[in-house]
Amino acid sequence: MTDVVQITVRSDADIILVRQQARMLAKELGFSSSDLTLIATALSELARNIVEYARQGEIVLSQIRQGSRRGITIIARDRGPGIADIERAMLDGYSTGKGLGLGLPGAKRLMDEFEITSSLGQGTTVKATKWAR
Amino acid sequence: MNTSILKQGPYLIAILQAGQSDSDLLQLQETLLEQVGRFRSRGVILDVTLLDVMDSFATRTLRGIAQAVSLRGAETVIVGIRPEIAFAMVQLGLDTRLSGVLTALDLEEALAILNRRCREGMCRD
Repeated sequence: MTDVVQITVRSDADIILVRQQARMLAKELGFSSSDLTLIATALSELARNIVEYARQGEIVLSQIRQGSRRGITIIARDRGPGIADIERAMLDGYSTGKGLGLGLPGAKRLMDEFEITSSLGQGTTVKATKWAR
Repeated sequence: MNTSILKQGPYLIAILQAGQSDSDLLQLQETLLEQVGRFRSRGVILDVTLLDVMDSFATRTLRGIAQAVSLRGAETVIVGIRPEIAFAMVQLGLDTRLSGVLTALDLEEALAILNRRCREGMCRD
């Protein structure tokens, strides 16, 4: 069984592809249909950030099995311009792009665990996990 | 992937497809605005039942379509936001972004809303 999938993201078609892959992996782990939608939505925001700000990056989806616990981890990584002020980027409604500024804070609310690291000129990495209930 | 747009009397019904890309949505916006003028439509129904996700881009684009359609003198109703998608939109903070746009449970209800508004004289002749 494949438990890690790595996908290069550079266009809006790739965003749809990663959503479909995540749904498949999460479904295998027994996530409910509403959790599948939450994961797909968070992933959509993270993948769109890559396309919009860094133009290209990658998404790594991993199934986690820890004892009886099942979860899915999303890593969204790019070598784009980086985020100057992460605290502000995590505030609702703050955007330097053309979005609504809900992508990062929204994705954080949709997932159970969320870490973001970024450095200017180096890129941004987001790691987010959702556990099956 | 082109969105099918049906003409139903004075209304246009657009059925959005799962796996629709950003550029498909932007194309839909352009086509709808043109058709509202060509058919002198009184209303536009955006059916999102088949969508697997309503993220911030989709929400922003649908709101943009509704606002532009309104500037063209017609009304927009969004129908078919599924329960789990409604919940995800609330979590994401997107629910308030659609405020001001009419929403209905299904096509039948959307047609009833538009018919009522037109009876009350809120539509073009």
